[in-house]
Amino acid sequence: MATNEQAVTDPPFIGRPLPRMEDERLLRGEGCFVDDVKYADMAHAVVVRSTVAHGILRSVDTAQALAMDGVLAVITARDVGSPIPHIPVRVGVLAGLERCEQPVIAADRVRYVGEPVAVVIAADRYVAEDAADVVHADIEPLDPVVGALAATSRQPLHPAVPDNRPVHYSTRRGEPDQAFRQAEYTRRERFYVHRHSSVPMETRGLVAHWRDDGHLDVWGAAKVPFFNRKLLAGMLGMAEDRVDLHEVDTGGSFGTRGEFYPEDYLIPFSARLVGRAVKWVEDRRESLLAMNHSRDVHCELELAATREGRILGLRASLVSDTGAYSRTTGGIVAAKCAMFLPGPYDIAHYACEVAIVLTNKTPCGTYRGPGRYEANFFRERMIDLMCADLALDPAAVRLANLVRPSQMPYDIGSLVPYEGALRYDSGNYPAALQRAMEEIGYDRLAGRQGQLVDGKYHGVGIGCFVDSSGAGPSETARIRIAAPDRIELYTGCSSTGQGQETSFAQVLADALGVPAHAIRVFHGSTTCVPHGFGTYHGRGMVMGGSAVRVTADLLARAWKAEAARRHDLPAETLRLHGGRIVDDGGRVLLTLQDVCDSGDAALLEATGKFEQKTVTFEYGTQIAHVAVDAETAVVQVLSLVTVEDCGRVINPLIVHGQVVGASVQGLGGTLLEEFRYDESGQMLSGTFADYLLPTATDFPSVDAVSIDLAPSCLNPLGAKGVGEGGTEGVGAAVANAVCHALRSHGANILRLPITPDSVFQAMASASHGP
Amino acid sequence: MDERLDLTFTLNGELQHAKVQPRWTLADFLRETLHKTGTHVGCEHGVCGACTVLLDGRSVRACLLLAIQAQGCEVTTVEGLSPEQGLSDLQAEFRRCHALQCGFCTPGLIVTAHALLQETPAPSREEIRDAISGNLCRCTGYIPIIDAIEATARGRQAQTGRTERRSHGDQ
Amino acid sequence: MKPPRFAYLAPATLQEAMALLARHSGTAKLIAGGQSLMPALNFRLAGPDILIDLNRIAELQRVSIEPDGAMTIGAMTRHRRFETDTGIGRHWPLLKEAVRFIAHVQIRNRGTIGGSLCHADPSAEWPALCLACDAAMVLSSVRGERIVPAADFATGLFGTALAPDEILTAVRFPAPPARASWGFEEIARRRGDFAIVGAACRLALDNAGCCSDARLVIFGAGDQPVLAASASAALAGRRLDPPAIAAAAAAARREVPCRSDQQASERYRSSLVETLSARVLRQAGAMNGEHAHG
Repeated sequence: MATNEQAVTDPPFIGRPLPRMEDERLLRGEGCFVDDVKYADMAHAVVVRSTVAHGILRSVDTAQALAMDGVLAVITARDVGSPIPHIPVRVGVLAGLERCEQPVIAADRVRYVGEPVAVVIAADRYVAEDAADVVHADIEPLDPVVGALAATSRQPLHPAVPDNRPVHYSTRRGEPDQAFRQAEYTRRERFYVHRHSSVPMETRGLVAHWRDDGHLDVWGAAKVPFFNRKLLAGMLGMAEDRVDLHEVDTGGSFGTRGEFYPEDYLIPFSARLVGRAVKWVEDRRESLLAMNHSRDVHCELELAATREGRILGLRASLVSDTGAYSRTTGGIVAAKCAMFLPGPYDIAHYACEVAIVLTNKTPCGTYRGPGRYEANFFRERMIDLMCADLALDPAAVRLANLVRPSQMPYDIGSLVPYEGALRYDSGNYPAALQRAMEEIGYDRLAGRQGQLVDGKYHGVGIGCFVDSSGAGPSETARIRIAAPDRIELYTGCSSTGQGQETSFAQVLADALGVPAHAIRVFHGSTTCVPHGFGTYHGRGMVMGGSAVRVTADLLARAWKAEAARRHDLPAETLRLHGGRIVDDGGRVLLTLQDVCDSGDAALLEATGKFEQKTVTFEYGTQIAHVAVDAETAVVQVLSLVTVEDCGRVINPLIVHGQVVGASVQGLGGTLLEEFRYDESGQMLSGTFADYLLPTATDFPSVDAVSIDLAPSCLNPLGAKGVGEGGTEGVGAAVANAVCHALRSHGANILRLPITPDSVFQAMASASHGP
Repeated sequence: MDERLDLTFTLNGELQHAKVQPRWTLADFLRETLHKTGTHVGCEHGVCGACTVLLDGRSVRACLLLAIQAQGCEVTTVEGLSPEQGLSDLQAEFRRCHALQCGFCTPGLIVTAHALLQETPAPSREEIRDAISGNLCRCTGYIPIIDAIEATARGRQAQTGRTERRSHGDQ
Repeated sequence: MKPPRFAYLAPATLQEAMALLARHSGTAKLIAGGQSLMPALNFRLAGPDILIDLNRIAELQRVSIEPDGAMTIGAMTRHRRFETDTGIGRHWPLLKEAVRFIAHVQIRNRGTIGGSLCHADPSAEWPALCLACDAAMVLSSVRGERIVPAADFATGLFGTALAPDEILTAVRFPAPPARASWGFEEIARRRGDFAIVGAACRLALDNAGCCSDARLVIFGAGDQPVLAASASAALAGRRLDPPAIAAAAAAARREVPCRSDQQASERYRSSLVETLSARVLRQAGAMNGEHAHG
């Protein structure tokens, strides 16, 4: 990726690789992350968590802890009072999930190792941990439910869900049974994508402070601060405008930071109880245990096709292990897995049975490309199996089956209970595949499929994907002219490292004709805008950026009207150019200085909203080239290429960074990362020595190419999301590549992660087969 | 009840005197007592590298050192590797190459990269990867970080080259 | 993850350290580089009443090398020193190469050979390297000093022959054979991770390429590193040709017990024992005894 050689100081700013405004403070170590937030006289909280996966909570003995020097309080369910607030589903609302919501603190039952049972508040974290060590929860163990596929016949976790299956529905389009009856070729397999999740470098944290007048400030918000504020205020019995959630610098999210967790209630509650600011920052052991897990989906999949490899239909049955409780992100993993199982292909007939089951494990939420990464693995593996069976070329078969541009917009039907009928809006899916093939040199690599070179088997594999982005219903922006060279932009969107302080400035800079560096962006806090939604589902630029454009237009209109009034000219003949209103001859009629001098709020500030009820679809292809050591079974990823169409590239540095970063996360998820449990429900991957994250030496060759063949027609920027696509086809591409590499062993990878041991077993068992 | 030990050491070139509890880690002491919050805590078991600082010029994990173990030593944090204003050449290359997104791992990487370049002024990409293999980054996928360190090395070599050429001309 | 309370002592001399340990053995723990102990303290898996810090004792960091390559290494010598010290590098290229596999540079800057040996993680490099080089541990206490060969020092999973009042003060490496060859390789999930299985070999090759003094060590497979004695013996007097290497590797596989855990099954480990044995012997064979000195 060529980096910018020249500073970008002149318009246009959109499309240019502007280095980021947020970088200077972060590079100097002057960022403000939540653990850097300090109040005078601040106390520290430690959450005491269940060490038993499933049990009846008889009592919590806090006497010894309370007697310790420096301990201010030890909170249990009794202090929270009755009824204990439960955490509702915010999105992905599937009927049934309301029956297994999580209480903010365990009252009579514990259902996963890591569930909060008490909160210790003390003078410092060290003392709080000493006290936490002597808080004794008396738990009578119950049989834990650990296997998702057997969960329905085991002991119920929740009285309202006797079969541990709160969600069970079917979805379809076309006539799949008929398609299968008539098909010349069918195949059925069972697949599994394992439990893994975002594991950002910064753990979660909150600082809660009650002002003397009873106003509550909470620091450490992210993702959906407005929803969380409303929920928290309701739980505390307060008016929404008496609570503010503040976003500071955050160390990554990828979906799991910022959702409402038990601590989001417990910490403000503690602060009110002890009458001091309270800080809570989870340590890594806790974070691995208590921050949302994700993926963990089983899929039985059947494919029907002609002998020439034209896919006629899919039938699937999904089981999503959501852990011990429903979460704010509801059934998104399962529902989106079902929705995206057909992917970017023209598959007329499709049926999917979807089940969400409960187990005594950490509850699951959404992690980058939720449901999509899984769906792509299931379907792309199946396509390659079909190709092997029918002796067809995997690339040619995909090209023949991908939705064509002439078919756009492509109706995918109504596959998700909480969404209506959807259509892939625009895209050239075959072009993305062809570009990816060119970038990696696919034809040359395909000629070496399965060959042993220098002791390693080589393989190349493909994963195509399509994804939705830009969840509505709206987003808000507020612009304030503080000085002619200082424009403040407030957005309801949240930032966890995606660079909105720069990319949003670029959008506003072009909209108003001012330099990008004159714009200061404030994000995520509920103090920014009257109402917002946040950042998730690739909606940052789509919704937030569009809101910036809409609001800029409002301001420009106000300025034109003022200039028209002052100069007695028709407003329609005036233009905004370079931050000033000019007439059709180019004469300057109103400048930013004039606006500032006017003192007129209508000229100085505007708040605008962009609304969009439907989503837009980005898409792409990932291709992996691997070499598998014949003796040690170690898989080396020689190259991973992603081609993605995100509609409109606002800042190529940022877009490229997102895709490369997402790709490496996808590789980590495919080859290294795993949350493992034993039969008693103990989580075994409790340290960074067990949960393995990619390092700089693991995947040295990852590349991303952005194409903009299909801007979105659904927002003024033409943008589509780009934050998630890079993970989504990786499992598929790598698994396919490894299978091609090991074709002489007949290896068939049906489960992730791909570990040296699992590859070794696949090589050994396959070569012993018939 | 909590005993305190006398600690004297140099932080970013300045002599410091403090009283520390034996069990305080260096990372916590730097952040909480000395308010040097650039050093971040990511795992507290020595794997992620977010807490990397220099101890007598060598990169180490501040979460695996007790504060008292800094006695008599020179500690350098990211704040000590930053100029009064603006960015060092290394930091500027990180920015130019988009080698940071959330910024949480960044101080640890700046310290590690600085130490690498002190020891190996012209590292290969493989040497760079190896040197930063103990710093986890969840956002960037590492490639722009390697680009930035390589570019810094190149820039410094070019500077040295120019200086040498100049001194030849003077003769 | 904050450490529990403890009292902290930092003796300036070995005498002082031994006296403290004698007085407090049972309630005290020694801290060397801290790269294993600090995580244990942070996780509260260890909770000594007293921590005795060895980092201020200069004599524990001394390194002395004889002209013939025999070496006495102070127990507090950092891993990093083995990578950078030219004297060590000249006589002990196996150590210089192998030490690069230990974790990452920040760990190597602080972690010590003594700490690694006393922690005795089955996947650690140092216990295996000491076994391969036939090193001996110098253990000191107020009761005196004793020398324990590497083979007797490791006693099992995280177990050593160290008595509660003893400090490992130095490791003695006898002079390597005149035409020493070596090989080292490990398989880990990522660079710097603990080995799933690793192999180290040290042997001598005469002018005809025949092997003597072979020491093939496997680590990570079981609870402690294992000198593959019959495999090593089988190489005596033989050239390191493919059949000899294959036979030795197969013998190693037969004699080294393997465990199953989260990272790898017994079956996979066993296969790696054979593969890595062959690889390190091939490495040693390719060296041809030429590089040994200078």
